[in-house]
Amino acid sequence: MSKLTLKTEGDTHVVVTRRFAAPPEAVYRAHIDPKLVQKWMLGPEGWTMPVCINEAKPGGQIRYEWADGKGRGFYLTGEFLELEPHRRIVHVERMYLPDPTPDNRIETTFVPDGEGTLMTMRMTLPDAETRKAMLATGMERGMEASYVRLEGMI
Amino acid sequence: MMIMAESLNLDAAFSALADPTRRAILARLAKGEATVMELAGPFAMTQPAISQHLKVLEEAGLVASRVDGTKRPRRLAKAGIEAMDQWLAMLRDALERSYDRLDEVLAGMETQKRSTSETPDRHATGTASNTGSELAKRIRTEERRRKNKQVQKRKRGERR
Repeated sequence: MSKLTLKTEGDTHVVVTRRFAAPPEAVYRAHIDPKLVQKWMLGPEGWTMPVCINEAKPGGQIRYEWADGKGRGFYLTGEFLELEPHRRIVHVERMYLPDPTPDNRIETTFVPDGEGTLMTMRMTLPDAETRKAMLATGMERGMEASYVRLEGMI
Repeated sequence: MMIMAESLNLDAAFSALADPTRRAILARLAKGEATVMELAGPFAMTQPAISQHLKVLEEAGLVASRVDGTKRPRRLAKAGIEAMDQWLAMLRDALERSYDRLDEVLAGMETQKRSTSETPDRHATGTASNTGSELAKRIRTEERRRKNKQVQKRKRGERR
């Protein structure tokens, strides 16, 4: 069962939703406390985040670095734009792959959903060059693109 | 030049997918080839309107056609769909794995909260655990460390 939804919105955005069994307070905190972020924001198996620095206040800086343990890695820098405790985070980020990608503004909202939380993340769709660089960085794991998956997506 | 053409194509592909009729046409073509007339059937749209949507999909590299007498049956263009699908699939895969881990982190937080319920939760208010100047210093240190590493790498390369 997949709890995650991922949709393109217009031709410039991707909207992701996911439900969590914990209240918005906890999910929000897990998005801004570096000690917690470092435990989960890792992407595919095998990657770690050796550097996780952020300053959770408007204008605060973000610096995350990832490594795959085989000499490959990349990092991102960013800034928090808006922080509404337990409700909403707006930040901007750019990845260095190694050249910086265009700024991606990401809005993440946390809404109570029964005992848990519905999280919605709205991000800018990267341009074709950025998507290519992200794939080349090794975030993909031999995924087979298929019509079946396309059918599931649309 | 190749890269340029491909970039334009990918952006056009995302744009083409924004329309529900065009997504429905792709879903129909995923089941097999179809002519404009066959495609127009279920959509309550005129053939010229369907042709216009097909033109957008063709320009985006998502749909291809062949000539069969007076007909031009359309089919999915595999390469165009794969390039676009691959990135979305990578994103979905990375997020799914991350959020599965977050489920565990959240479960751990709940346990911790029960055992230390009297401890004030400074993070919950959104207050950073360090002062701004300390963080700025750490970020500068990381920046320096990375630069030094790159310089060393370059030096090693020169020696070879």
